[in-house]
Amino acid sequence: MNFDYNEEQQLLADSVRRYLAKAYDFESRKKIVAGQGWSAEAWAQFAEMGLMGLPLSAEHGGFGGGAVDLMGVMEAFGEALVVEPYLPLVLAVRLIERGGSAAQREALPRVVEGKTRLAFAHNEKGTRFALDAVRTQASRKDGRWRLDGEKAAVVGASSADQLVVSARAQESNEAGIALFLVDTGKVSLQTYRTMDERLASDVVLRGADAEPVEGGLGALGEALDLGTALVCAEAVGAMKFACDTTLEYLKTRKQFGVPIGTFQALQHRIVDLYISLEQARSMACLAASKADAGGDPRSISAAKIRIADAARHVSQEAVQLHGGMGMSEELKVSHAFRRLTVLAREFGDADHHLARFAAL
Amino acid sequence: MDLNYSAEELAFRDEVRAWLRANLPQDLREKVENYQHLSRDDLMRWHRTLAKKGWVAPAWPKEWGGTGWNVVQRYIFDEELGYAGTPPIIPFGITMCAAVLLRFGTEAQKKRFLPRIYDGDDFWCQGYSEPGSGSDLASLKTKAVRQGDHYVVNGQKIWTTLAHYADWIFCLVRTDPTLEKRQEGISFLLMDMKTPGITVRPLILMDGAHEVNEVFFDDVKVPVENLVHEEGKGWTVAKYLLGHERMNTGRVGESRRQLARLKEYARGMMQDPRWRDRLSRLEVELTALEITNLRFLDRMRRSGQPPGADVSMLKIKGTEIQQGLAELMMDATDPAASDPLAEAVRKRYLSMRKTTIYAGSNEIQRNIIAKMTLGL
Repeated sequence: MNFDYNEEQQLLADSVRRYLAKAYDFESRKKIVAGQGWSAEAWAQFAEMGLMGLPLSAEHGGFGGGAVDLMGVMEAFGEALVVEPYLPLVLAVRLIERGGSAAQREALPRVVEGKTRLAFAHNEKGTRFALDAVRTQASRKDGRWRLDGEKAAVVGASSADQLVVSARAQESNEAGIALFLVDTGKVSLQTYRTMDERLASDVVLRGADAEPVEGGLGALGEALDLGTALVCAEAVGAMKFACDTTLEYLKTRKQFGVPIGTFQALQHRIVDLYISLEQARSMACLAASKADAGGDPRSISAAKIRIADAARHVSQEAVQLHGGMGMSEELKVSHAFRRLTVLAREFGDADHHLARFAAL
Repeated sequence: MDLNYSAEELAFRDEVRAWLRANLPQDLREKVENYQHLSRDDLMRWHRTLAKKGWVAPAWPKEWGGTGWNVVQRYIFDEELGYAGTPPIIPFGITMCAAVLLRFGTEAQKKRFLPRIYDGDDFWCQGYSEPGSGSDLASLKTKAVRQGDHYVVNGQKIWTTLAHYADWIFCLVRTDPTLEKRQEGISFLLMDMKTPGITVRPLILMDGAHEVNEVFFDDVKVPVENLVHEEGKGWTVAKYLLGHERMNTGRVGESRRQLARLKEYARGMMQDPRWRDRLSRLEVELTALEITNLRFLDRMRRSGQPPGADVSMLKIKGTEIQQGLAELMMDATDPAASDPLAEAVRKRYLSMRKTTIYAGSNEIQRNIIAKMTLGL
């Protein structure tokens, strides 16, 4: 039993935090969001720090990191409300490493260097969070695969060179779901800003050329569970920021001649926020550990349930305890609210995971 | 990061589990399982069983009968007791009075009281709360006036758990009412419940059970050798006790057993998504508490330091979960049923409301975290 990060994990998380504190403070982040929506410079720095290679094995230029290794990075990203689409890249490279062709895998070192960007396109409209409700169709003609359909809310598609896409193939495994790699040049994108200020795209595939990536429903499920575990860690970071900034506000904001943190009605509420944060952190540890131990969907769903509930509790109360300032776009806490609202739902909301938890 | 117990810890857990399975008497197990009343004899029978095995006071120093287990083993042992459904080890003697004597008692006091606590010869209760002093304990008024080699005690305690079973009571009393800093006028006294002038009157709670009492002191003569620590240092003793052995206030093992029992009992209701979601959320809460508890334990083991004030969150979440489980159990019971189990389950729902009030109400626990951990 040991709940600490090891030395390497701690050093990496610390160096990511140092960089973010220096170059990704709230003002810098505002400029990134108001500009092209992601920062090439930040991306290059992430690559420089080895983050793109973190989830890959040494064979592909990486460091063989698992979910626990990624956890500290995701927490730091959550604290700083990083908008760059790192998690979609993690899932995409994992799927390629697992089932990609030799050529696809040989291209991974370019991803590690930050030169090629990848994203992960699975969601479709109206399917909620169902794993196998894929309607995008894959067909094979003259030895070439083509994809037809629409993927929705694909985070990071607009800055990606290639997408790992789930589709329904005619000749594939039982469930009929297969994975493909598609150049973003071969698809059309409708890009918009999400409520938490990231860029997402609806992706229209019309006979788009696609190369198969081995792996069906099982690979997809593993990737989504890894994603779930990692958004849990990211949410813990965002909640930590929300709790700390709210505590600071209670100590400095004065009304009736005293800091509002002297009022017991507010003290008890912030204590409950920190309890939610600690409960959430415990479950994020569980999710990451289970993801590394070959997956345990029931535990991962349990984690997402607790983290979705905590994200809602912490974000709503953080805004309430800030009063009018909590609503203002000027304070980072309102941006943390937006991020936590999305994280609570990403890779399945509490209701979705409650149903899965009870069924397993 | 590794969330699992080591192989040695798992072996230890299995050893404890196997021993409990073989040595917990069937009739006691069934009483606990079915939420039946436990008599003084029931409690002491189990106490003596553990004492005979050498396991009744694991946290004590070895010379007094402790096991020498580390903090993780002690935690595992406590949780296994809860999981097995043993009668509780009443904490007032083994955990509380003994801790105070070991830290502040004279050699004579230790020799006089500790072996009798260990063997279950003396049943102890705790005289803290008074009618006007609940959460604001330092306002207590029960008065002890020194007269030669005795104190003369007058006043009243309330909510005194199992005082009607007790041979001895440890009390916070006011020895100096003149001091401006009221904490400094408090002392820690041990009293024989058979001393003339002590009257115990039952307080029946809403479940109909007699568990707590009022205790009246009317010119009770207490020998000065029953003073623990110095006169006027009772608050130091009380604070020491507050920070002592708080790793198992979450009662995860006990709640795990209740959850398993509930799932078995309510099997027919799992098709109802409303019911299922309530149960699932509670199970998730319990898992989060369990891991949080282990995180505290891990921190404590490696730092060698006692837990910080934030350990109060274990009591808050643990009691909320215990109440949640009791409520679900009641809701799983056929509303039209009047068999003994149904009745016991409903009484238990009533009884469990006490958990968020006793041992420092959950509001006091939040005050502690706000002040000590968050600096408010």
